[in-house]
Amino acid sequence: MGRKKLKWISCVLLLLAVLVGVAALSLGIGEISIPFFDIPRLFSEKESTEYAVLAYIRLPRTLLGFAVGGSLSLAGAMLQGIYRNPLVEPYTLGISGGASLGVTFAIVGGLHLLHAFFLPLAGFIGAFASIFLVYTLSLRRDTLNVNRMLLIGVMVSFISSSLMMFLMSITSSDSLHYIVLWTMGSLTESDNAMVLATTALSLVCLAASYFFVMPLNALRLGEEKARYLGFNANVVIRILFVITSLLTGACIAVVGVIGFVGLVIPHIVRLWVGSDYRILLLTSFLSGSSFLILCDLLARTIIAPNELPIGVITGIIGGVMFVVLLSRSGRKTSKN
Amino acid sequence: MSAFLDIQNFSCGYSGGFKIQDISLSLPEGAFAGIIGPNGSGKTTFFRGVSGSLPLLSGRMMLDGSDLSKLSFREKAKKIAVVSQFAELADMTVEDYVLMGRLPYRKHFQFFDRKEDVEMAHHYMHLTNTYRFKDKSITELSGGEQQMAGIAAALSQQPRLLLLDEPTAHLDITHQLRFMNLIQRLNELKLTVMMIVHDLSLAAEYCDFLMMMKEGKTFCQGEPEKVLTYENIERVYDTVVVVKINPVSGKPVVFPVSERRLRGNS
Repeated sequence: MGRKKLKWISCVLLLLAVLVGVAALSLGIGEISIPFFDIPRLFSEKESTEYAVLAYIRLPRTLLGFAVGGSLSLAGAMLQGIYRNPLVEPYTLGISGGASLGVTFAIVGGLHLLHAFFLPLAGFIGAFASIFLVYTLSLRRDTLNVNRMLLIGVMVSFISSSLMMFLMSITSSDSLHYIVLWTMGSLTESDNAMVLATTALSLVCLAASYFFVMPLNALRLGEEKARYLGFNANVVIRILFVITSLLTGACIAVVGVIGFVGLVIPHIVRLWVGSDYRILLLTSFLSGSSFLILCDLLARTIIAPNELPIGVITGIIGGVMFVVLLSRSGRKTSKN
Repeated sequence: MSAFLDIQNFSCGYSGGFKIQDISLSLPEGAFAGIIGPNGSGKTTFFRGVSGSLPLLSGRMMLDGSDLSKLSFREKAKKIAVVSQFAELADMTVEDYVLMGRLPYRKHFQFFDRKEDVEMAHHYMHLTNTYRFKDKSITELSGGEQQMAGIAAALSQQPRLLLLDEPTAHLDITHQLRFMNLIQRLNELKLTVMMIVHDLSLAAEYCDFLMMMKEGKTFCQGEPEKVLTYENIERVYDTVVVVKINPVSGKPVVFPVSERRLRGNS
């Protein structure tokens, strides 16, 4: 037992160290470069340009990368636990599509002008509606059919994006402009309160998810077995749906659609630490944070002074990985 | 004196689908009951109802004086353990798999496994002869070894009633008998066992009580000698068999008869 504890603790410490390193890079690299060891000193020199760059541009951006990367990765890990399939994540299940549709509705309805927090709320509602739709439609005779579910997820994404197109074509040019900017996906967020709220939400959801690590472990053996081990599987799954919808909906409302983070990160982390959810959730969160901060750094430095949408980078890495995974899992089932 | 497991007028089923109806069954503590019947006669549905995976539609289930339908999943998991026909296996070590059986006993904010839990898991792994695979992945074991690990996990739940859904179906005769002998030993230690069996002769040899099901109902129940007559088997399974007595144990043995042989005799 001691061996397992030691391994888990060293994994977490290593990931924390990586996160600090990546965050330092993200804070330091840019048009004005700031050496790592100067950062603490600069925070007390409130008059300097460097302070302004750090406090108003790079720190919110890094924080948002931390929150969104962690959230999406955590959501992916939990969904993979519920569905017992490594291919599901918010993007492939159509949850991101649902959230985007919700957000688009809110923008077209002008809700974002009333209060900025209406957008994450709309994102949550859209995410929750689509996750529930996919789940109930893919249940057949009380058992989940994974292929059916992935197909339904793709269809939900299609329908959502068609409806988004429809809304965009009938809306005013002001809203249209706002929607286009938002769908490009970027960690630039001018509202610091929003950055802090997203960070807080992601940490609260991470803490909440830890109430469900043992049920998630039991679910690895199937819903029925989880019931025999004393967990009310239906209730657990519904609560986890709410948590994943909150995470996905809020992230998408704030930064736009960033796909595949929830697929790539938990998968790699699983290979490394194993599938025990007690360690998997935290390590997925931390790795996702580092990954997205790094992707953002790439997005804004590759073609500097211009900036790539961050979804381009995660999409290319994740999409390739998805295809590799899919072909490998197909080979495995044909062998059985 | 009421029975240890007392099921009265029990019915349960899937929403808008198959149902089993009006089953009554009483077993004393330490009984070894076999549930037999053709495919689709409702044996697994019956187990799902008893274990609480399907809701009870009507009737009553009492285990040692407590009403099973009123217990929470967690309370029930401390009384009943189930080993299923097709165990869904995740890639985890045998030790972690057996430790899953201790889940119903975890405290609410317990993060790491307690020493007692690990010791108990090890005890049942020794008993089922799976301790040597402790750090191997459960998916690497053979079918028979996986079933043994499944029993170790189920025993770690310290149940009063063990439900076995056709665990010997894919095992060769060595593993089959090894498995049945283990269950019989546990049974002698007052563990009550209900088991779905397809091999009628195996059921007759090991079980002290049989319930024969047909089309979602009890066809007959009682001691193996009473249930496994060729008339009963022919009516329930719709096939011709010969029943003889095992010369060593005195229990019934069921022999199949081929169609060609039947034609030859007529």
